[in-house]
Amino acid sequence: MDPLPLRARLFVVAVAVLAAPLPVIAFVEGRGQFDVVDFVALGLLIVFTDSIGARGSRDMVKIALSSVVASACLPLVGGWGSIVLASATAVAYDRQPAVKRVFNTAQMILAATAGAASFTLLGGAAIGPESFPYLIVPFMAALAMHCLVNGMLVAGIVHLHQGVPMRVVFQGTMAGSLSGYFGYGLFGLLLAVMWDADGAGVGPASALLLLVPLFVARWAYAQYAEEQQAYDRTVRALMTAVETKDLYTRGHSERVSAGSVLIARAIGMREDRVCSLRYAGMLHDVGKLGVPTRVLQKSGRLTEGEFAAIQRHPMQGHEIVREIEFLDEAMAGIMHHHERIDGMGYPMGLAGEDIPEFARVIAVADAFDSMTTTRSYRGARTIEEAIVELRRCAGTQFDPAFVEAMIEAVETQGWSPEVTPLFESPVDEALDEPAHRFDHDDPTHADSVARGGAL
Amino acid sequence: MSRPRARFEDPGTTGTVVVVASGCLLALVAVMVTASPGGFVDVQIAVAFAAFIALGELVRITLPGGRDAAPISTAGALAYALLLRWPGEDVDHGALQVVSVTVVAMLVGVAPHVVGGRAPSLESMSRRLLAVGFAALLFRGTELAEFVGGLRGAALALVMVCFVLATLVVDAVLAAAVQAGAAGAPFRAVLRNELQVQVGIGSAIGTTGALIALAASIMGVWALPVFVVPLLLTQFAFRRYATIRQTSLQTIRALSRVTELGGYTEAGHSRRVSVLALAVGRELGMSDADLRDLEYAALMHDIGQLSLAEPIPGGATVVAAPGDQRRIAGLGAEVIRQTGVLDQVATIVDLQAEPYRRAHQIDRAEVPLASRIIKAVNAYDDLVGESTETGRRLEALERLRLGMAYEYDPTVVDSLSKAVDRISRLGA
Repeated sequence: MDPLPLRARLFVVAVAVLAAPLPVIAFVEGRGQFDVVDFVALGLLIVFTDSIGARGSRDMVKIALSSVVASACLPLVGGWGSIVLASATAVAYDRQPAVKRVFNTAQMILAATAGAASFTLLGGAAIGPESFPYLIVPFMAALAMHCLVNGMLVAGIVHLHQGVPMRVVFQGTMAGSLSGYFGYGLFGLLLAVMWDADGAGVGPASALLLLVPLFVARWAYAQYAEEQQAYDRTVRALMTAVETKDLYTRGHSERVSAGSVLIARAIGMREDRVCSLRYAGMLHDVGKLGVPTRVLQKSGRLTEGEFAAIQRHPMQGHEIVREIEFLDEAMAGIMHHHERIDGMGYPMGLAGEDIPEFARVIAVADAFDSMTTTRSYRGARTIEEAIVELRRCAGTQFDPAFVEAMIEAVETQGWSPEVTPLFESPVDEALDEPAHRFDHDDPTHADSVARGGAL
Repeated sequence: MSRPRARFEDPGTTGTVVVVASGCLLALVAVMVTASPGGFVDVQIAVAFAAFIALGELVRITLPGGRDAAPISTAGALAYALLLRWPGEDVDHGALQVVSVTVVAMLVGVAPHVVGGRAPSLESMSRRLLAVGFAALLFRGTELAEFVGGLRGAALALVMVCFVLATLVVDAVLAAAVQAGAAGAPFRAVLRNELQVQVGIGSAIGTTGALIALAASIMGVWALPVFVVPLLLTQFAFRRYATIRQTSLQTIRALSRVTELGGYTEAGHSRRVSVLALAVGRELGMSDADLRDLEYAALMHDIGQLSLAEPIPGGATVVAAPGDQRRIAGLGAEVIRQTGVLDQVATIVDLQAEPYRRAHQIDRAEVPLASRIIKAVNAYDDLVGESTETGRRLEALERLRLGMAYEYDPTVVDSLSKAVDRISRLGA
C-alpha cells in the first residue's frame, strides 16, 4: 500500500476516535443482557469469517460471510452486544497493515452501531413466538444502515487516498455489495432463528449448517471468475496461434479488439455489448484460416479466383464461430467487417446503417491497426498519417461517427501499435515464406478490392 | 438444449426406463392416496411449499458439466419432507402427501418450460421425485418417525442432516446406475463422479432443506421468502459459471475446426475424435475433471498443424513419420500452454504421439491415459474418417490391434472397439 496522504491518515484517526469508546459504552450498558456462551461463540465466528473473507477477492459472498454473522448478532445478543462484537474484527487473521486494520475495525463498529440503532428504534427484539413476520422489518433496516455507513466510510477513505470522487466509489461499492448485503444478509436472520434457544434451539452448531450453502455459493463465484479468466486467455492464445500463419499480423487480433473497445467506450456503448464486441474484435479474422496459405502468402498479382478466396474469409469466420451461442451480435460483426458504408464492400455489399454496428466499429479499428503496423511491403505509417487516411475514407468506406470516435480516443488515450505478442511463434521456419504484398485490411488496398480489380 | 452433447444419450436403456417407471408409479399411488377423503391435511402449508417448489422448478438450471438440476425445488421438497412443526402446531402430513405435493408442484413449475420447448429430461425429474419420496417415507413413514418426533434443537438438526445425506447418496446411486447403463462405463467410476457433484451443490441443497424445515417451525410461512432470496443469488452464480463453461467448450469446439477450414485436417475430424475419445474415457472410468481435459485435448490435438508450412496429405497424422508426429504434438502443446490455464491439456496433447511402450525412455513416467486414448482414437479416425462402412471400421481396428502393446494401449483399443460398436449400433 502506498503511504497514506496526511488527510487520509487524519480521516482514519477521526474514525477511530469516534469508534473507540462505543464498544466500551456498549459493554457497560449491555452487560448481563446476553448469554456468555452465545457471546463468545459469535465473537469467534466473526473472527473466523473475517479471516477467511480477507483472502478472497471482494466478491459479494465475501462481504456476506462476515455480514451474515454480524447481523445475526442483533436478535441474538441485542444491539449493545452486537456493537461490542463488531470490535472482534480487530483480531481477524488477515495480515493487514496496522492502519488498514484500525480503519476496518473502526468502520465495522460504526456500521454496527448504526445498524443496532435502527434495529432497536424500529422495535427489533430477541426472537420469540410472536416475532414473525414483523422482525424482518427492523432486521432489513439494520442491514440497510450497516451497508450505508460502511459504504460511505469506504468511499471517504478511497477518495482521500486515491483521489477518486466519493460518489463514484460509493456507487461502485453499493452496486457490488447491495445484493450481497440484502440477499445473503437474510441468512443472518436465519442463523439467529436457528441458533436462538427460543427459536429452533440448535445453538452455535447452526453456524456449521448455515455456512454450507454460503461456502458453496462462494465456491461458485470463485469458479466463475476463474473460468472467465481462463476463457479470455484461451481465446487470446488460440488467436495468436492462428496468427502464426503470418508474421505481419501478429498481435493484430488483440489490437483490433482493443481499438474496437476504445471506439465503443467513446460512443458510450452498454457494457455487456462492449464485452461481446471485444471478442468480436479478437476473432474477426479467424476466417483467414480458410484462405489457402498459398494465396495469403503469394507475392505476385492475385488472380480473380484468389481474390474470391480472400473475400470469403469473413463468411468463413462467421462459419467457425456460429456455434458459440453468447457471441450472438459479435457474429454479425465478424461477418460484415469488410462491408463499406458506400455498399462496395464484401461479402454482402451492405451499405450505411444496414451494416451491423459491430462491423462498422471493427472496420475502423481493423484499418487503423493495419496502417500503423509494419507490413512487408511498407513500414508502419505514423499515427498522424493513419488518421488522415481514416478521415479521407470516412463516409465512403467507414462510418464517420466511429472514425471520429477512434481518432478522439487515440488522441486522448494514446495508441501503442506494437503490443507485445502473447508468445513467440514456436516455428519460424514455417514463416520464412516470401512476404505478401496484398493486405486486405489496408484501406488503400481495400479500395481496389471494392472496385473489383487486381492490384 | 438443442446442442449436440458429446455424451451418449440412449433413451432406451433399462436404467432410465426403471427410474422413470418407478417415479411415475410412485407419483400415481401418492396422488391417489392423498386425493382420497381425509388424505390431505394442512392445506395452507402444502400450498406454501408447493409454490416454493414450483418456483424452484421454474428457475431450473443446467449445472456446469451439463447436469440438469432444480436446486431450489429439491431443497423445498426436502424441507417439506422433513417438516415436523409449524408455529403453534405440529405438522402431520404423511409421506405420500409430500410426494403428491412435490409432483404437482414440479409439473406446474415445469409447464412453462415444456411450452417453450425446453422440457427437462423425464429421467432427472423422476430421480428427484424418488429421492424425495425416499426421504419422506424414511422420515415420516417408519418407526423412526416417533423417535424423531421427540427430538429438539441440535439433535433434531443432526438427525435431519443424516437423512438428507442418505437421500443424496440414494440420488447419486440412481443417477450413476442410469448413466453407467447408458455409457457402458464402470458403475464405480460413475458413482464417484455423481458423489463428487453431491459434495458440492448437493450438500448445499440438502442442508438448505433441513434449514428450511427447522426455520419454518419458528418463522412459519415467512421462512420460505426469506430463504428464497439468497438461494436465487447462489443459483445465479451457478448459472453464470455453467454458462461460461459452456461458452468455453463451444469456443474450443469452434476453433478446433480452424484446422479443417485451413485444409490441414479432414472435415469433422476433431469433433469425431473428441466424441469417440470421450466415449472411451467414460468406459475406462475417468473422472469428470479428467474427461473435460480429455475433451479439450481431443478437440485441439491437431492445432500444432497450423504451424506447418505444408499440410500433411488429408491431415492424417497417422501416416506422418513418428518424428513429425511428435513435433506437431509438441507445437500444439506449446500453443495450448500459452493459455497458462490449460497445462493438463497441453501435456496430454504433447504426449499424444508417444508410443504406449517407450523402450527408449524407461525412466520417464507413463504416458497419461488421455494421451493414449487420443493416440488410438486419432489413428482410428485418420483411417476411417467419415465412412460408416463396417469393413473399413474393422480394418482400422485390426490395424490398431497389430500395433497393440507397442504403439497403442491394449485396454484403450479394447474400449475403443466396444465404443465404436455401440455407436454404430446406435446409428443403425
